[in-house]
Amino acid sequence: MRIRRHRRWMAPVVAAAAVGLALTGCTGDIAGEDAADTDCADYEEYGTFDDAEVTVAGTILDLEADRLSESWADFETCTGISVDYQGSSEFEAQIAVLAEGGNAPDVGIVPQPGLLNRLAAGGWLIPASQPVVDNIDEWWDPIWKEYATVDGEVYAAPLMASIKGYIWYSPAEFEENGYEIPATLDELTALSEQIASDSGRQPWCVGLESGDATGWPGTDWIEDYVLRLHGPEVYDQWVTHGIPFNDPQIAEAFDGVGAYLKNEEMVNAGIGNVSTLVTEAFQTGGLPILDGECSLHHQASFYETFWNPDGGDANTVASDGTVFAFLLPPEEAGGGLQVTGGGEFPVAFRDAEEVEAFRHYLSSDLWANNRVSLGGVISANKGLDPEVASSELLVQSIEILQNPETTFRFDGSDLMPGAVGADSFWKGIVAWVGGEDTAQVLDTIEASWPAS
Amino acid sequence: MTTPDLLGKILQVVMGLVVLAAVVGLLIFFIDKAPKKGRDYWQLALFLLPAMLFVAIGLVYPAIRTSFLAFQNNAGEWSLDNFIWMFTQPAAIRTLINTVLWVALAPVISTVIGLAYAVFIDKSRGEKYYKVILFMPIAISFVGAGVIWGFVYDYNGVGDQIGLLNAIVVAFGGEPVQWLQTDPINTILLIVIMIWIQTGFAMVLLSAAIKGVPTEQIEAAELDGTNAWQRFMNVTVPGIRGSLVVVFTTISIATLKVFDIVRTMTAGNFNTSVVANEMYTQAFRASEIGRGSALALILFVFVLPIVIYNVNVLRKQREIR
Repeated sequence: MRIRRHRRWMAPVVAAAAVGLALTGCTGDIAGEDAADTDCADYEEYGTFDDAEVTVAGTILDLEADRLSESWADFETCTGISVDYQGSSEFEAQIAVLAEGGNAPDVGIVPQPGLLNRLAAGGWLIPASQPVVDNIDEWWDPIWKEYATVDGEVYAAPLMASIKGYIWYSPAEFEENGYEIPATLDELTALSEQIASDSGRQPWCVGLESGDATGWPGTDWIEDYVLRLHGPEVYDQWVTHGIPFNDPQIAEAFDGVGAYLKNEEMVNAGIGNVSTLVTEAFQTGGLPILDGECSLHHQASFYETFWNPDGGDANTVASDGTVFAFLLPPEEAGGGLQVTGGGEFPVAFRDAEEVEAFRHYLSSDLWANNRVSLGGVISANKGLDPEVASSELLVQSIEILQNPETTFRFDGSDLMPGAVGADSFWKGIVAWVGGEDTAQVLDTIEASWPAS
Repeated sequence: MTTPDLLGKILQVVMGLVVLAAVVGLLIFFIDKAPKKGRDYWQLALFLLPAMLFVAIGLVYPAIRTSFLAFQNNAGEWSLDNFIWMFTQPAAIRTLINTVLWVALAPVISTVIGLAYAVFIDKSRGEKYYKVILFMPIAISFVGAGVIWGFVYDYNGVGDQIGLLNAIVVAFGGEPVQWLQTDPINTILLIVIMIWIQTGFAMVLLSAAIKGVPTEQIEAAELDGTNAWQRFMNVTVPGIRGSLVVVFTTISIATLKVFDIVRTMTAGNFNTSVVANEMYTQAFRASEIGRGSALALILFVFVLPIVIYNVNVLRKQREIR
């Protein structure tokens, strides 16, 4: 009896102790870094703080998140501000709820201007301080500032950037057949037809499947065409609903894309027919190029990391490597390039000096160079040295962004209201490549544009 | 997080538990000391209070707020836009039609199959094993079922078919079909998954109910010269009516709420969306909280008659007893 009673309270205690010990194993005790090892001369302008902490949240995960943390390690050491980053793939869905409940992080890295607008409209955001605004004016193309401005108030400097509208190809195949990089949209059509007749198969491979976001790679195509066919003014009107979604100019862009995506002669090389566009995952959509079953694939610069699906580095991305990419050409040769792309904006939810010091640092050319030299990403910051980028493609991307002749516009679906940009536009693409005609699809999307 | 942080958090949890225990202890102490007159009411009120509080915070308040949100647009103005959208946009109407289709098919078919199966295996040799086989799918989550059936319905543009259904079609000399992309067969195929999961549930409950039907009644009917079908329709079915209603309504409610299957298999594309899936998409992906709330309200309106019917039948049963 005695023993039994003894055991009864022993078990929970032992269990609790075991769990406690096991959990202790999860913690990483980080020793304070030695400030003396770091050259703090560059960080003097951000001031020094005692026990200040800034919490940051965003969609960036895994390796990218580690590199992000590394990019401000010196900043933490020199200023005494400790920065705590939490990444979550549900960030975009949660941030408005968190902000409304008063639980938002100090800084949220928002990947869409549309979301930034919504947060600003909710009254949760702290406007950017003067040093941040000065940095934006000094280092960025003015269009970036517009994306972070709501009702005349600037809320954030851009962070990183990515370029959409790249067309991936095999340099070896091009050299062997004497193909030239097309300089106009017409040349691209001619090239596609040339490849089709030379190889006896379709030239393009496409993958639009992406779970509940299926269709988005198609919206990138459309955005690229709207910008190239009708220029930035029409593009801006289109994304802000200055012209209706079913405007004839947009229909023209759809038909331009449809000449590839809805054409059995053009797609879907190495995968099947047109109907397989919506079942092929965007991650694997371009891979038939590696087997020589496909020649051209339209996807953003981030696709660079998808060419070795099994890991390793057997397939190289370089102008003399396995694959490389050129930008979807403009309508007419000469003049500047038009390019669509994406980026992030670190918005602040807490009004404090340390938060602004941190955002000031993020908006500087110092941070851009620090982060880009760690690899994998680029920034549209003009103080960035292209040579620090980790690959030939990224160097090329930075040069495109920094070229004063380049017209940059943010990914249109990220600028539109969520009901269109994250729902009916995607679904419209799926229905459209599924056989619905352009006019009908555009009318449906137009009808879904929210009234307010 | 460092070790002191973690120890601090563990301490917080322990402290929280201690405080809770103290509060509950105090409450019970005071209830015990309540005035003699009307002590029952005091005790009732105090014991119900915590539960009522949680129901109010977790259920009543959100329900009321959702109802209000359904009648507001994104700018917070009062309007009927969300309902106009729901009943005029082809995509939204299709969502409602699909949901009705789900509720019309899934509960009926799973209950009928479950009942037939339960009757056929009743008192047979190896009944236990037959039951386990049909009951197994219910242990699989909807997402898991979606992934499994995703392989059944898989389609390959070129090369061999790895999808079971297409492999069969090809083996018989047919052309492979994109099952999940072809409207309207895709919705039916998704409903099949629901039936696959829920039939086991229906079978187990109905089998237990069948065993509860008194043998005397069946024997009496047999002596009256009835055949098996007549016995089944006139003795067994009335005898298990209560269970039938519970099974049918439970599956109906589960079907109305179906979200996981649609989201994993088609994400609502290709005209397969249902109300619960669209509700999530509108509220959280499209940031149209009003539209999401309006859909939630409609779902509530759909569920309400089923629940009322269920309660009514159960009450009548009790009166008979």
